[in-house]
Amino acid sequence: MDIETFFKKQNFKNQLKILTCGSVDDGKSTLIGRLLFDSKSIYSDQLSQTKFESEKYGTQGKEIDLALLIDGLQAEREQGITIDVAYRYFETDKCKFIIADTPGHQEYTRNMATGASNSDVGIILIDSTKGILDQTKRHTFILSLLEVNHVVIAINKMDLVNYDKNVYDEIIKSFEIISKNFNFNSKKYIPLSALVGDNVFTKSDNMPWYKNETLISTLEKFEVSKSYIDEKFSMPVQWVNRSSSDFRGYSGTISSGKINVNDEITVVPSGEKAKIKKILTPDGNSDSSFENQAVTISLDKEIDISRGDLITSDLKNIKIADQFSAHIIWMHKDAMLPERNYIFRLINSYVSGKITKLEHKININSYEKIPAKSLELNDIGYCKIALSKSTFFKSYSNNNQLGSFVIIDQFNNLTVGAGMIDYELRRSTNISWHEMTIDKKKRSIMNSQKPCALWFTGLSGSGKSTIANILEQKLHRLNKRTYLLDGDNVRHGLNKDLGFTDADRVENIRRVAEVSKLMTDAGLITLVSFISPFKSERKMARDLFEKDEFLEIFVDTPLQECEKRDPKGLYKKARSGKLKNFTGIDSDYETPISPEIKLQTLSKNPEELADEILNYMKKNNII
Amino acid sequence: MAFNHLKKLESESIHIIREVASEFTNPVMLYSIGKDSSVMLHLAIKAFAPNKIPFKLLHVDTTWKFKEMIKFRDQIAREYNLDLIVHINHEGVKNKVGPISHGSKTHTDIMKTQSLKQALNKFKFDAAFGGARRDEEKSRAKERIFSFRDINHRWDPKNQKPELWNLFNTKISKDESVRIFPLSNWTEVDVWQYIYQENIPIVPLYFAAKRPVIKRDNMLIMVDDDRLEINKNEKVEEKLVRFRTLGCYPLTAAIESKASNIEQIIIELLESKNSERQGRLIDSDQIGSMEIKKQDGYF
Repeated sequence: MDIETFFKKQNFKNQLKILTCGSVDDGKSTLIGRLLFDSKSIYSDQLSQTKFESEKYGTQGKEIDLALLIDGLQAEREQGITIDVAYRYFETDKCKFIIADTPGHQEYTRNMATGASNSDVGIILIDSTKGILDQTKRHTFILSLLEVNHVVIAINKMDLVNYDKNVYDEIIKSFEIISKNFNFNSKKYIPLSALVGDNVFTKSDNMPWYKNETLISTLEKFEVSKSYIDEKFSMPVQWVNRSSSDFRGYSGTISSGKINVNDEITVVPSGEKAKIKKILTPDGNSDSSFENQAVTISLDKEIDISRGDLITSDLKNIKIADQFSAHIIWMHKDAMLPERNYIFRLINSYVSGKITKLEHKININSYEKIPAKSLELNDIGYCKIALSKSTFFKSYSNNNQLGSFVIIDQFNNLTVGAGMIDYELRRSTNISWHEMTIDKKKRSIMNSQKPCALWFTGLSGSGKSTIANILEQKLHRLNKRTYLLDGDNVRHGLNKDLGFTDADRVENIRRVAEVSKLMTDAGLITLVSFISPFKSERKMARDLFEKDEFLEIFVDTPLQECEKRDPKGLYKKARSGKLKNFTGIDSDYETPISPEIKLQTLSKNPEELADEILNYMKKNNII
Repeated sequence: MAFNHLKKLESESIHIIREVASEFTNPVMLYSIGKDSSVMLHLAIKAFAPNKIPFKLLHVDTTWKFKEMIKFRDQIAREYNLDLIVHINHEGVKNKVGPISHGSKTHTDIMKTQSLKQALNKFKFDAAFGGARRDEEKSRAKERIFSFRDINHRWDPKNQKPELWNLFNTKISKDESVRIFPLSNWTEVDVWQYIYQENIPIVPLYFAAKRPVIKRDNMLIMVDDDRLEINKNEKVEEKLVRFRTLGCYPLTAAIESKASNIEQIIIELLESKNSERQGRLIDSDQIGSMEIKKQDGYF
């Protein structure tokens, strides 16, 4: 061959990434061994090494065991199974192939998802002697979930069923049933024998009834399946290229579309606009660039851009939110628990966050949605996720790169999960915190008072509301602007949807704490009179405020006294069992450990107790 | 919008190199002077153009490399104005460790693996680029692009982090490190084609020339200096040879070849029946030998 012809051919070769999947013993390694062997990608020294090993570990008697070429790691050779993702390379006259070989064991589903994440085509191997197995269903589902849009169903070991067309037809029928709800762009069925080589590279004389193409011709005909070239331009910034001279460029790999010099772009999240001045591609300066190219671009004006930002002309389709829903594949033996903190790696950024809600788990064999509290290793679930700050993304189906993430354990840095974003949750989308010109301090000066929250806690009937009411009158007489939030009153309005379970009590306090924070911010002295029985929620409220802005006032009346007073007759009802979850009776009150003020109510009247608080406020320069 | 496979590989590698520079505090590029290192260096230069490469290069010198390799290394470092560290295991030198006296296994362990670990510890590098490709050797086929090493630089093949999309997990704990292989998806032909298209300089040993060789254990070993003792039954002959891969000269076999330019090398490669690592004695000194070396911290 002369070199010119060779290069000409090479330059037109496509690259296709394929994934082989199937159950244990369906013959994946043998198939890949066959592809390498028939494409003459195996050198004679590798072959003789394999021959030597075949005699030691092989399953094919005196014949060379092609699977041993593939099962690279020593442990695998000894166990006779594939234990990890391996990548293999071969080429034909038309195409360069990269194969991800992934194991068929149930416990290694995560590896298959790993292989699928970067594949254009999935080959699903089915052992014709066994038909469709649970693993087949599982793998078909994962291919669909990760949007590997082209599948080839390789019905293997046809030599063992006498090349019977009926077996082939039956398997097609069953596969059509299990895959009817999936959106594959194409499905091709090929009967073959990887061991013998039928219909892999050469058409089989044993199956004259099969009129379509061999496996390799089928694969060669696939164009790269995923392309976002027709979308608008987006490039996540990976690296800021600053030099001692005045060059300042932004490096990254273009995730969709095309870009030309002079095009206008927007930077996310800052929203600043600029024009493209120069594009430096791996081939030097260029007037344009496109999807998948690693480039460095410079802009016509200086704006502050850093790693993790996005340069785009697709503002319409880019979502910015701190909450979204996503499918998650769990990849670690420690289960995923909602509300636990993890690190989320999105395109070019790490953000902490948590899964706030596990909507359902998916039974990967029946495809049913089932309720669950956690995700175990290899589980797939649909979740709501909240990040600690807003980030940009697209849905996975719009762009795999901008719509995917991995989840990292914050303590040991292991990759514990992977996810595909479905859609952003509206709750805080497009809401950013506006810094107002008139702030708390200015309002405070206008009011000639230091705003704060006076948080009264204590048993029902302890005297919280009575004391708070008297204190508010006294403050009013001093010309102080105040507001009193009372537990019973708030439950008539804002919190009327809440009951008295622990979860509802937590939400009750959360809302009131947020409201009192707003009122304090508005410049008011806010009196809050709530039983607020749990330490953690009182801490949650306290943490919303600045230091010195939150006074916890424990109205310390013993339970017997409260029960004796029983102004609303509630204790009586609770004792007789007519009222459930009553604090002090069948629901806990966690006594404050270090409140700012502790009021002993047995020896003093409410007037005196209100004065006690007033004195504290004067002493601490609040009024 | 033609984007052939080589252009795809190029952009993918540049992306990986930039990722490391962005996320690690003290990365280094392992420069072995071979063709793969030359390609990796070329890609790094492209990744940060018009600026300089923002990290150092490290060559672990076993003191048994071909003389021409060392000459080439120093020339490239000068020409590209590289920040190159050369590390030698002086303890090994003091104990006169060599491939001939101690055998390939001990020599490679002390002068290469141990030496590499010494250098990584000394300079506290948290990430090291290597030019290894997955098509080279079976156990490499299973290695991640970002390959994690524990505090003792050991690789645990059964406990690798899954690598999805191009979202690399670059988080490491204290004293752990990462080996990064930007050329993971390249094949030998890809490397040669790229060298040809980009006109990348390589060590002349890759090209055929008359060189003094002896035949030992059915391999052609070049007599690069007088440390190679010639046995009575051996004869030094001038032969037209070249090398498909470069390492310590007593451990690297030459092949008889007339290929004196890259075009001819590619043609020869396409017609070849043996893999490039066939000439590497260190790969076959025990069953599963590369995997064992890697677990010990070799690249």
